[in-house]
Amino acid sequence: MPETRVGHAAGTAPAEEPTPLVEVRGVKKHFPLQTGFLASLFNRGETPAVRAVDGVDFEIRRGEVFGLAGESGSGKSTVGRLVLNLLEPTEGTVLFDGMDLSKLSEDEMRRLRSRMQIIFQDPLASLNPRMTIGEAIAHPLEIHEPELSEGQRRRRVLEMLEAVGMNPPTSYADKYPHQISGGQRQRIVIARALVTRPELIVADEPIAMADVSVRSALLDLMMRLKEEFDLTYLFITHDLATAKYVCDRIAIMYLGRIVEVGPLKSVYGAPAHPYTQALLDAVPVPDPRHRRTQPMPRGEIPSPIDPPSGCRFHPRCPIAQMGLCDVEDPQLMEVPESDNHLAACLLRAGPRAFREQTPPV
Amino acid sequence: MANPDILYSIRNLTVEYQTRHGVVKGVDDVSLDIRRGEILGLVGESGSGKSTLGKAMMRLRNGSARITAGELWFDGQDLMKLSERQMRDLRGSRLGMVFQDPMTSLNPVQRIVEHLTETMLTHEPEWTEEEARERAENLVERLGIRRERVKDYPHQMSGGMRQRVMIALALALNCDLVIADEPTTSLDVIVEAKFLDLLKELRDEFNLTILLITHNIGVVAEVADRVAVMYAAKLAEIGNVNDVFEKPLHPYTEGLLKSVPNIELDSGALYKMQGSPPDLSSPPSGCRFHPRCPYMMEEVCPVYEPPFERPEGASEDCRVACWLHHPHPQKVAIGA
Repeated sequence: MPETRVGHAAGTAPAEEPTPLVEVRGVKKHFPLQTGFLASLFNRGETPAVRAVDGVDFEIRRGEVFGLAGESGSGKSTVGRLVLNLLEPTEGTVLFDGMDLSKLSEDEMRRLRSRMQIIFQDPLASLNPRMTIGEAIAHPLEIHEPELSEGQRRRRVLEMLEAVGMNPPTSYADKYPHQISGGQRQRIVIARALVTRPELIVADEPIAMADVSVRSALLDLMMRLKEEFDLTYLFITHDLATAKYVCDRIAIMYLGRIVEVGPLKSVYGAPAHPYTQALLDAVPVPDPRHRRTQPMPRGEIPSPIDPPSGCRFHPRCPIAQMGLCDVEDPQLMEVPESDNHLAACLLRAGPRAFREQTPPV
Repeated sequence: MANPDILYSIRNLTVEYQTRHGVVKGVDDVSLDIRRGEILGLVGESGSGKSTLGKAMMRLRNGSARITAGELWFDGQDLMKLSERQMRDLRGSRLGMVFQDPMTSLNPVQRIVEHLTETMLTHEPEWTEEEARERAENLVERLGIRRERVKDYPHQMSGGMRQRVMIALALALNCDLVIADEPTTSLDVIVEAKFLDLLKELRDEFNLTILLITHNIGVVAEVADRVAVMYAAKLAEIGNVNDVFEKPLHPYTEGLLKSVPNIELDSGALYKMQGSPPDLSSPPSGCRFHPRCPYMMEEVCPVYEPPFERPEGASEDCRVACWLHHPHPQKVAIGA
């Protein structure tokens, strides 16, 4: 492992309970609203804020693909940026490899950056149109490994091009982004993200902009690279069908909170939270004989400025019990007869769910 | 028109774009019939020509696009013979359109109710303002939006609500055909599911005919009666949804169906299609899919363009442009 790394290197001490690569503890991110002068005169109290992320806990284990799914405005992309310390949390802590990101000096953070990278949705917006593909991939090396010679850098760039299936690499290195297809551009973005040999990749809707017929090839590439480079993925997506093919564990977000988290098989096979159930059932299935089974939740997602009391899903929930669900704010609790599967539902998880489970006849 | 079941008939339509690289055919010799009361799904990837086709059907210009050949027949009327003024009357009154981003179709400084009544009064000048307003409120309510919300401005509504307002507009004027271009693409899945349910209900209730243009195969499976698949400005295949999904005939359709994740299946690996969609300024010779096709026949496919025909033994509604399903590809090739 190169000396430039911060903290202990991954995988050197196989402890019984290895530290998760990422730990997110009680993280909140509130964006204060711009209020006018007059409004600020009358509104002496708390300034209203968009509660984009409002108390989120999870961990990402080394080598896993951890999915974060939800609808637009659920806060999933904000969580991705908080994990990378591109945004500072309003409250709570993010630990990377056991290190509290908020306690690192600027210099330490900069060195840590080479160990975590992000892939965005739109490859065209992520690439500088005036930089050749080779220059784009070399760029992170110039920052994080300035000691490399020009020749060494070039070699690393060509290696990466080959790794992402751009063959022969020499024929692509001097091209510009507009000279290649959209799917190829996303391959370049992936190559650039991997060139510093990071451990964590935050992939924010990485295939959403790609053409349908090239999506599966991109997913396959990402999974191959994960093995080849020992990566850990935070896979952020609105597409639950795609998540099924790549994630080991998944967390479902609603209005700034994680409402359910667990092994993919368990969450998809036996979703506990009524919101997860509806979300999974709403996914269009490419089979004309398939019919939806759940009634869709009524109404629309409430505003994250003033989320509902109690359980945030209660106004739309088909099983909500008034006097309970609109009062008590549920935390993530164990789902009966499950393994590492948690849900924030007072009726389907935690003590009440265990107590009220009907014994087998 | 000979067949009264057909509401809209596209005959050998070609639409050309002027680009920096010369003339590009965005739609190339496409023929398609839309039947009364059906939901026809038109699927294709970006650049396949599906949106260009949708706009051309309304004789709306999409950038530099121009219809250079073909006929458009709507309910027995030859649209290519209508003046721009007559065409404008038809749009909105009998041909409705719903786009991906309803924000661009609504006036940001006009209340929803004003937009609806104004449009209705333009097309139905004999109505009073009261009648139009009443009708607008009823429709909006029917589509699941509270009556009083018609006083909102577009930005005060969610994407799903705005999309329903666009549909309300088409219904308010008793449109016969609604061309919906990626209507659910900017919506979240739960809102999408509700919108698709609504489309089906409205089709049944108002006997609407809907052309649903989308890249999302799952959406087509959910609501369409028939599906047409476009690839590189041409139709690759058309048929009943059940037939096409059960046994796709064109290798492109087959690849597409196998590469789309299905949440209901116990996931094996997804099929990876070779290559990427072609650049239409220099489309591949012969069959346009041949460079990506796993069944490509060297002596035929790169050389000769396959006809769009019903394969022997296939169902009545099925058409496919593929040499694999032609009885004598070699013979045709030699004879051609």
